[in-house]
Amino acid sequence: MITIDILKETFWSLSANKARSGLTILGIVIGIASVITMVAIGQGAQSAIASSIQSIGSNLIVISPGAQRGTTVSSGRGSAQTLTMDDAAAISSQIQNIKAVAPEDSGRRQITAKGTNTNTQVIGTVPDYINVRNITIDSGNFITSQQVTTSAKVAVLGPTARDDLFGAGSNPIGQTIRIKNVDFDVIGVTVSKGGSGFANPDDSVYIPVTSAQHFLSGDTFVTTISVAASDQNSMASVQQQITDLLLSRHAISDPLQADFNLVNQADIIATASSVTGTFTILLASIAGISLLVGGIGIMNMMLTTVTERTREIGLRKAVGIKKTYINMQFLSEAVALTFLGGFLGVLLGLGASLAVTKFGNITTQISSSSILLAFGVSAGVGIVFGFYPARRAANLSPMEALRYE
Amino acid sequence: MIECRDLRKVYTNGDVETVALKGASFSIEKGEFVAIIGPSGSGKSTLMHILGALDSPTSGTYFLDGKEVSKLNDDELSDLRREKIGFVFQAFNLLPRTTVLRNVMLPLLYSNTTEEEREERAKVCLKYAGMEENKFYNLSNQLSGGQMQRVAIARSLMNNPAIILADEPTGNLDTKTSHIVMEAFQELHQKGHTIILITHEPEIAQFAQRVISIRDGIIESDIKKTKK
Repeated sequence: MITIDILKETFWSLSANKARSGLTILGIVIGIASVITMVAIGQGAQSAIASSIQSIGSNLIVISPGAQRGTTVSSGRGSAQTLTMDDAAAISSQIQNIKAVAPEDSGRRQITAKGTNTNTQVIGTVPDYINVRNITIDSGNFITSQQVTTSAKVAVLGPTARDDLFGAGSNPIGQTIRIKNVDFDVIGVTVSKGGSGFANPDDSVYIPVTSAQHFLSGDTFVTTISVAASDQNSMASVQQQITDLLLSRHAISDPLQADFNLVNQADIIATASSVTGTFTILLASIAGISLLVGGIGIMNMMLTTVTERTREIGLRKAVGIKKTYINMQFLSEAVALTFLGGFLGVLLGLGASLAVTKFGNITTQISSSSILLAFGVSAGVGIVFGFYPARRAANLSPMEALRYE
Repeated sequence: MIECRDLRKVYTNGDVETVALKGASFSIEKGEFVAIIGPSGSGKSTLMHILGALDSPTSGTYFLDGKEVSKLNDDELSDLRREKIGFVFQAFNLLPRTTVLRNVMLPLLYSNTTEEEREERAKVCLKYAGMEENKFYNLSNQLSGGQMQRVAIARSLMNNPAIILADEPTGNLDTKTSHIVMEAFQELHQKGHTIILITHEPEIAQFAQRVISIRDGIIESDIKKTKK
């Protein structure tokens, strides 16, 4: 009976004062929606930046041969021919936490097509290369493992190489290019990645690694092996495992005498983590400020309405309603307002985030923790500041409350 | 019915002590219509708060219906007000933007009655207080002053109180409406209700059957009119 009375009285009280209830709910809605939207935009930006760093290949480890030894004259790192396809296969099968392994046999070659020619990087590799280097195919296909097995005379062009040989924007698929007097059929073109450091992946020609070994270099060695670790955190352990594996495969006991080098993209990782760190701080401040502003808005609204209602509380006490019931009614009003406002605020926040994505072309990422945080803080502030002053008013003597201005 | 002995009330505001009541003693019988009259600052409002169980005296005793009121706690005072006392205020104190009917039903909120019973009772009380039936669902702020005070009187009747306390009920009304409201009180008196009226206007006090004058916290005179 009393519960029903309190619920009914809450409903009557809120609906009798539509403007007051509406403004309070609006305050809560704006508070919550702004937190959710701001955090969604912030996190969207963070993940967009993270993924563009990812596309450069921050999980990449490049294994290259060491310097040639045995004579007093060193011919420099990378000159030795010590890495083989078998090394790559061993890494692929024995090392954990790796995403892909791609051996390469590359070199700069003179390439000719109908009446044009260019000198560019010819990379003999395997299908996994696109996973290691984050390459996307624009048209046609990349090299298949079938073509690697059969040493097929096929080539995939980078967009710059395509422009140089066949003209900008043309479709070279089905045409032929000639490298070292061997004809290769063009089967695909990659999507432009833009320059990444000193190497330009757009100005490259990709052919099966076996074809490169048979027709171009004429040996069975590979120039580098690229390994993509599954994530940044496992980089160190993957690097250590590869070193150990290759040392034992090459029968070298002293690591200082290793006939290979491992290079990773430590700079990129460092940059990536510092950018991520900055973004985390930025997000926290945005969320914090939005919560503060929203919270103060809700607090103001609650305090204003309760002050206005002190006389009403006095009247209720004067006609003999117990303090407990007055407290319960005001608590129930505060809960109803904050939850209604909170629910609408979450909806508006989600809607606004989607609208920003759709019309502003900015990636947004809605996080459930920001929804919970915004809802929790707003509900907390709303209930505390809706209930506490009412409780204080209910503790006044009815006369004091009635005379309250 | 009401038995007051040596009621004193001292307000302390910081270091300043204000003595509002300096020992008031009187008794009121059931069915009386008493006006307590005095200029502002005389202590009449303080007396009314104590009689209405809205405030406790600093010293002295107050018995209402044989119950010692000055010793009750906050919740017990609430119970007492709900069971024994009906209030009519100078400022009407109706819930704004709420229907006449809901305003009158307020004292029975959270009591052991159904909504229908309360509504029935509220309608009876409104008619009893002379309110036209077509105004029952109007919002309280759409009424005239006289109508508001009638609604307040109806509200004070809801709990079938032992005493009706009216604190300057005509203070916000014009002379003509004042007389109409006072006649309503006289009518209630004739129907057997005990009414205590607080006022500073001798003219309004004339409607009562007994006039207690208070000045500077002391009862100056207590005159009973002989029945006409």
